[in-house]
Amino acid sequence: MIAGIGTFGDAFSFIVERRELLLEKTVEHLVLSGAALGVALVLAVPLGVWLGHRHRGSFVAINAANVGRALPSLAVIAIGLSVFGFGFTNVLVALVVLAVPPILTNAYVAVDGVEPDAVEAARGMGMTGGQVLRRVELPLALPLLFAGIRTASVYVVASATIAAIAGGGGLGEILFNQASYRTEGLVGAAIVVSLLAIAADAALGGLQRALTPHGLRQKVPAFEPDVLVTRTGR
Amino acid sequence: MSNEPVIPEFGEASGCVAENRFFCTDWVRDNWADVLQPALVEHVKLTAIAVAVGFAIAFVAALVAHRFRLVEGPFAAFSAIVYTIPSIALFQLLVPVTGLSVLTVEIALVGYTLLILFRNVLEGLRSTPPEVLEAARGMGYTRRQTLWRVELPLALPAIVAGLRVATVSTIALATIAAFVIPEGLGRPIFVALRDYFKTEIVAAGLLAIALALVADALLVLAQRALTPWAHARRTV
Repeated sequence: MIAGIGTFGDAFSFIVERRELLLEKTVEHLVLSGAALGVALVLAVPLGVWLGHRHRGSFVAINAANVGRALPSLAVIAIGLSVFGFGFTNVLVALVVLAVPPILTNAYVAVDGVEPDAVEAARGMGMTGGQVLRRVELPLALPLLFAGIRTASVYVVASATIAAIAGGGGLGEILFNQASYRTEGLVGAAIVVSLLAIAADAALGGLQRALTPHGLRQKVPAFEPDVLVTRTGR
Repeated sequence: MSNEPVIPEFGEASGCVAENRFFCTDWVRDNWADVLQPALVEHVKLTAIAVAVGFAIAFVAALVAHRFRLVEGPFAAFSAIVYTIPSIALFQLLVPVTGLSVLTVEIALVGYTLLILFRNVLEGLRSTPPEVLEAARGMGYTRRQTLWRVELPLALPAIVAGLRVATVSTIALATIAAFVIPEGLGRPIFVALRDYFKTEIVAAGLLAIALALVADALLVLAQRALTPWAHARRTV
């Protein structure tokens, strides 16, 4: 394998011994990722849902994910650095740019793709446009909508490591500084980042299950980054 | 890395470069042949090799998993674990094993393509409608003929969709590879980050973005050319 068993042993002792450092960097990492994801949600979900509800702007909404996926995170962060300088703002903007496309596209596809018969039936029952959206379209759109959020969250947590080059802090500071933290620090921090990505995905999966109405509950797919977006992008 | 902008010495620097403005076209013109173009060519090579090797491995693995279901779980789990390792860590962790070499970078890049390619090829193969398989059987096709003449052509859209994601994400990850080896479009970015020279950062960043968009567009065109039936039926 990549590194011997000994390296992993060292990495775990690093995690135990430097837990305060790791905790501090993990909190920075989570604050940065959470802030970026929060801003992206506020921007992309209402826009995607509204476009999907009106069945408008399909070209922009569907291609957002394709363009967004093509943006190399290092390039976006580096260009952001040239515009905003070092620090939190630059990295936040860059991560939001990376997180918006998958959320927007999935929100659009999810609402746009709701069974027309269901919408028709709701209209027939005398629901207003807003009621149709809240009571019919959104619950039915939830799984796909969440798939986009989960993809974005895994992507943001991973990309936030690159943020360290732009002064964004987080676990990337350890990863980019092998000279100080040695291999065990590198492996230890890498393990923490991997676990964070998996945990973020699992937490959102749990939230998705909790929000989905009983009648619609299915097995929430396990960790499968990118795959659902790929499906919709076909 | 310092937090203060340090203006690099370029001998006969223009006013724009000396002031470290956002983007200086004269610098790009002067350094295209020596800095940017070689980096772009290296980047294309790094990406092409990684996607080709990754596709070969994932394709064979998917064919095997299509035939023997037992293989799917372990391969999917392995590639999912690799996928979650932060790239900047994986590149550095491979250095003690394979050295500061292109091989190191390619191993990591190939590893990241596996999950997406494997899943998409396998899902594509499995999406063949049962009645189509039945018809192939009825026509006397052997298993191999069914695979090559029915299942694989029908899986093409899914396969190309996977190739698109794999290609653009490899282009993105290859920029980070420059932290380990001095190749690709990440090199000018990391070099310029040292003294916060904006033009070089922006130029190389824009080139990387443009490369990814062009590669994505080319694969869309390839998909259309390869699957005329899918395109003809589409109404949108």
